[in-house]
Amino acid sequence: MMSIIESSEIFKSFGKTKALNDISFSVDESEIFGFIGPDGAGKTTLFRIITTLLLPDEGCMKVFGKDSVKDYREIRKNIGYMPGRFSLYQDLTVEENLNFYATVFGTTVRENYDLISDIYSHIEPFRKRLAGQLSGGMKQKLALSCALIHKPGLLVLDEPTTGVDAVSRSEFWEMLSKLRRHKITILVSTPYMDEAMRCDKVALIQEGRILAIDTPARIRDGFTRKLFTVKSSSKYKLLNVLRKFPDTLTAYPFGDSVHVTFVNDKINDTFNSFLEKEGINDAVTGESEAGIEDRFLELMERDDK
Amino acid sequence: MNRFLGFVKKEFLHIFRDYRTLFILFGIPAAQILIFGYAVSTDIKNAGVAFLDLSKDEVTRMLTNKITSSGFFRNNGNLLNYNEIDEVFKKGKTKAVIVFEENFGKNLGSEGKASLSIIADGSEPNTATLVVNYTMAIINDFNREYSGTPARGSIIIQPEVKMYFNPEMKSHFMFVPGVITLILILICALMTSVTITREKEFGTMEVLLVSPLRPIQIILGKVMPYFILSFINVLLILALSWFVFGLPVKGSMVLLLAECMLYILMSLTLGILISTVSKSMQQAIFISLIGLMLPTILLSGFIFPIENMPKIYDYVSMIMPPRYFILIIKNIMIKGTGLAYIWKETLILIVMTIVFVALSVRKFKIRLE
Repeated sequence: MMSIIESSEIFKSFGKTKALNDISFSVDESEIFGFIGPDGAGKTTLFRIITTLLLPDEGCMKVFGKDSVKDYREIRKNIGYMPGRFSLYQDLTVEENLNFYATVFGTTVRENYDLISDIYSHIEPFRKRLAGQLSGGMKQKLALSCALIHKPGLLVLDEPTTGVDAVSRSEFWEMLSKLRRHKITILVSTPYMDEAMRCDKVALIQEGRILAIDTPARIRDGFTRKLFTVKSSSKYKLLNVLRKFPDTLTAYPFGDSVHVTFVNDKINDTFNSFLEKEGINDAVTGESEAGIEDRFLELMERDDK
Repeated sequence: MNRFLGFVKKEFLHIFRDYRTLFILFGIPAAQILIFGYAVSTDIKNAGVAFLDLSKDEVTRMLTNKITSSGFFRNNGNLLNYNEIDEVFKKGKTKAVIVFEENFGKNLGSEGKASLSIIADGSEPNTATLVVNYTMAIINDFNREYSGTPARGSIIIQPEVKMYFNPEMKSHFMFVPGVITLILILICALMTSVTITREKEFGTMEVLLVSPLRPIQIILGKVMPYFILSFINVLLILALSWFVFGLPVKGSMVLLLAECMLYILMSLTLGILISTVSKSMQQAIFISLIGLMLPTILLSGFIFPIENMPKIYDYVSMIMPPRYFILIIKNIMIKGTGLAYIWKETLILIVMTIVFVALSVRKFKIRLE
């Protein structure tokens, strides 16, 4: 199988800030490849290099086997790009935006309608509405339709679900999975770790460095410690108390509980009395399967040291 | 080609959807022409004058009549004594008071000379100078008529000044070409630089760049709609100056329109050049307004003649495109000359346009850096 993206040892700095530090990875055809990482990790910079909008300081980026610096024009013809912030024309209607991008890429809406029909059908009732007046979820669907209208070989989505409600986010990922059967490779970035499981492959990125690349399941399984959950009505206090406990390795808040790991992978006898002494009387303790978030936090922690 | 047309269509949609753009495009030029044409007029029409006639004889009456019937002045009443002069000026409606000395007619008859004073409201120096000059002209005229043939033994040489091309010294003749020059460069450069930086600011440029559109297609696509609209603008301004001020186009209309097209194109490419160096809309507006408006008004010869400037300003104004266009348009509109007299200026504008296009295409960033 051919690699759609082949990144080798990419470096990029802005002044003294190292935005990207030795980035190497490859993306296969029809894959959904996710970059997961916090804000400022370098995801946008990396995507701009892939879309030929920025030049790397060092290293080589190949897209469709073509060099991103020399053959940028070839690459641009076959890329659908959805930048991080909504960048369609707010003063044009839904329909006008779509038609514009279709003509710019030398195609028509009719020609590739089957490709976008799934997504576009949601917003078609509003096709006469100005894009600026759409809700966040609808804007995102329109932007995706516009990026897809020319049937690109590679779809690059920079944080498409940021600022979108939970239902729309989940719908959005459904749509991406369906696009796979059109042989479209999808590169997507997100700060939400729960979305990682939806990708075929993920790369965890922090401060311009890739911490891990693998399938989400295998990344999750890399978590080797035993994970405990502790619940209490006063969660913030609980977190602080847990972090003070001498045997605690890590303690992170997760939803309504705190995920904790201990030095010997077991709860010490002194644990309950310690909590009570610190004023937490209603603690409920249990064991839990590790999720990809736990693994990511573990990797980040290790990276910091 | 389809790509390009799609782009042009999109630009038109932007323009027509934004009433502010339309207003700037068509409202401001019309307003400017009317404001400059009427308010900044340097002609005198019905200026108020008052008379203090201490003589009250036939000669003073004749002279008073001649002044008030000239069309330049309106009689604002007769004063009785000197004290009233101050009062009448304070009211502001009177621009000048003409005082005839006692026994004005008698002196003129017996001694052959008599004196009168013209007291003008100096708080408006320009008007005052004009009022005085106009009054003097009328009095000179009266002198000549009154004395009939020149006095025995003396030959009086009476110079008669005639303003060629603009015999009545109408200021619209001066302002309309100036305003066309100013408005076209401002609007064209401002509009194109803003529309391109807007794409940068809203992030749409990022998507346009990652598309098969070539820089030249984006640039021409941006220029085309404004070119058409600006040309309509020129027709509008010319029609307005014809209907409102009766300003004729003496030379060839075809040549005038062709020169206007060249100038519009030059201004548009200048706007694109501005957009390639500015990062935000604000910056583009700033450069277009400050960088173009002031020099155009001050240095193009629009208001202040270049010949009277220090040499250094003369050199500076040589890089200002309006300087050449104002010469061209004045030549065609007022003098009615043909291309033979303005080919040099035309050539300079063509060269400038080519340089701007070349620079813009070169400087147009195909990437984000």
